[in-house]
Amino acid sequence: MNITQLPFIKEIYGFLGQDLVAAVIGILIILVFVPLNSAFLVWVERKVAGHIQLRPGPMEVGPHGILQTLIDAVKLMSKEMITPKLADKFLFWLAPIIIIIPAIVCFVVIPFSPLMQVREMNVGILLIFSFSSLTVLSILMAGWASNNKYALIGAVRAVAQNVAYEIPLLLSTMSIIIMTNSFKMSEITAAQSPVWFIVYQPVAAIIFFISTTAETNRAPFDLVEAESELVSGFHTEYTGMRFALFFLAEYTNMFIAASMGAVLFFGGWHGPFFPGLIWFVAKVYILIFVIIWVRWTFPRLRFDQLMNFAWKVMIPVALLNLMITAIVLKVL
Amino acid sequence: MLNIKTIDDTSINERVYQLNLGPQHPSTHGVLHLLLKLDGEVVVAAEPIVGYSHRGHEKMAENRIWEQFLPNTSRIDYLSGLIYNQGYCMALEKLCGIEVPERAEYIRVITSELNRISSHLLGIMAFVMDIGAFTPFLYGFDDREHVLDLLERVTGSRLTYCYNRFGGVRNDIDQEFCDGTRRFIARLRGRFKDYHNLITENIIFIKRTRGVGIITEETALEFGVTGPSLRGSGVNYDVRKNEPYSIYPEFDFEIPVRKEGDVMARYQVRMAEMEQSMNIIEQALDNLPQGPVRSHVPRFIDPPAGDIYFAFESARGAVGYYIVSDGTRIPYRIKVRTPSFSNLFVLTRVLPGNFIADAIATLGSIDVVVPEIDR
Repeated sequence: MNITQLPFIKEIYGFLGQDLVAAVIGILIILVFVPLNSAFLVWVERKVAGHIQLRPGPMEVGPHGILQTLIDAVKLMSKEMITPKLADKFLFWLAPIIIIIPAIVCFVVIPFSPLMQVREMNVGILLIFSFSSLTVLSILMAGWASNNKYALIGAVRAVAQNVAYEIPLLLSTMSIIIMTNSFKMSEITAAQSPVWFIVYQPVAAIIFFISTTAETNRAPFDLVEAESELVSGFHTEYTGMRFALFFLAEYTNMFIAASMGAVLFFGGWHGPFFPGLIWFVAKVYILIFVIIWVRWTFPRLRFDQLMNFAWKVMIPVALLNLMITAIVLKVL
Repeated sequence: MLNIKTIDDTSINERVYQLNLGPQHPSTHGVLHLLLKLDGEVVVAAEPIVGYSHRGHEKMAENRIWEQFLPNTSRIDYLSGLIYNQGYCMALEKLCGIEVPERAEYIRVITSELNRISSHLLGIMAFVMDIGAFTPFLYGFDDREHVLDLLERVTGSRLTYCYNRFGGVRNDIDQEFCDGTRRFIARLRGRFKDYHNLITENIIFIKRTRGVGIITEETALEFGVTGPSLRGSGVNYDVRKNEPYSIYPEFDFEIPVRKEGDVMARYQVRMAEMEQSMNIIEQALDNLPQGPVRSHVPRFIDPPAGDIYFAFESARGAVGYYIVSDGTRIPYRIKVRTPSFSNLFVLTRVLPGNFIADAIATLGSIDVVVPEIDR
């Protein structure tokens, strides 16, 4: 029996409309999925890092330490949330709340499978870009409000870095958009049913990958929280659950970046034999694994080198790639 | 007269602010306090503030008999303890005229060079970690573990050794130690290929280290920089070659020198030095003579009244013991000249004009051990 046939549910549908109920259920699932996924990713990162570094990583809590991050989360929740005396208390309180919003909102338009998408929007890609730009606002607020020099330097770095790398990110995405003529995530996925876009757009894929690594502040572009220079960067003064929220957002952003990459270049949920969901999640986790692998292999760039790389290499190449794509499409 | 621009000469204004880097900071390797004046991210002036881990080793020496200072020596620079141990024994042997059996000299050289390798491994990998690559640090530790196991087998301790005695060493080395050392050298030679692939030829590493934190030859000599930092600036000076002690003249080894004077040059000098240390150990193992490892020395030594300065090369540079004896069982004065102190203060000249990230890289490349600075 279909659950939607129940009179009670029917009444709710009649009152609110089917879309709204679906949206509410979807958002509830997201709210459960985001922390669990981040906890899992933290464990994956520690485990991968451990094996890269010839050590086992977390082993104690649960089989192969899989419950370690949950225990850490409990610990962080029970810790005192210290606000520095000279901090801007309101902004200091607000910053970790703001950073979690884009991380959750972006999930709404990600197509996990042909049916599993909370909301289909004709500006899906734009929604992700516009909301993920909010992250930098929160980082700046955190760095400024902490009244700590390390935090401020980290925040200033974050702003410059995010502004610089958003341009090649958008330009590389544009070359996909002009191929599909759509901002819809599902249509972009559907357009890749025989051949993935990475075959047509390898340069854009590389630019996209580098830019998202920089956007999510992952090594070798992790200057925002460069440990050996800035202690912890913008979240140096944060403790307890507030720190955990920054951590949560970092890993969720990584997941969103990887799922964008999967949708734009690796055919989203397309794949033989298995259902779309499994293909999508597998592609996302493979991309995340690559990001982790890069982090534990390379040293960190210096700030001026990072900016030079964005403005002198990435943006010209991305523009050129976009132009070539446009010309080829026009000629064909 | 040194012309050092102190940090007070530059004023704080709307642009320039002051940042206390340390004493609690991830990349100050202990309790080093670096007072920086910054304009944005550019260092305007820098001043190291020392003394956070002062333990008064020199004063302790004046309150105990000669033998009892032996354990202190390996705690001055805890990363090259055996070399300091050896130096102290050799200084007193020279003062008292004690003969050392040849086998003991060979064992001292083998253990000291192993200690140098372990120190350089840690120094290089900590420096690479300062640049942002965390993984090589643990690879270095993996190799260092083998050295520590070998040294533990013969000396009984892993970090703060007390192995050398006046007139020789505490106990003999066995065949398993010799075989283990050879195996370790073969292994480390293979690992060097990995290190060069992972670090030396990494484009980001090259970009971060070439032309950064340049110590010119003049600056290095002016500040009394010694060790790999001096040889990275193009000066061919190593106490083991220039003022030979122990049995170093018997070995065929080179002193690696780089002209560039930048962070990369100091890194390369250390890497090359480890290879030379491996050569020395191999030659020593090949020619290891038989015989006693300790000459007959009275339980308590009474050096004649007089003074002596004895210099030797630790992993960080030239160390000197200036020992004054008044003919009693208790030292009158022991002054230790440690290399990190001079090497550290060259930062006041090198850092201004660099980014914070380069300042951290330069600090890491000089490879200071903070307790050695403060003693």
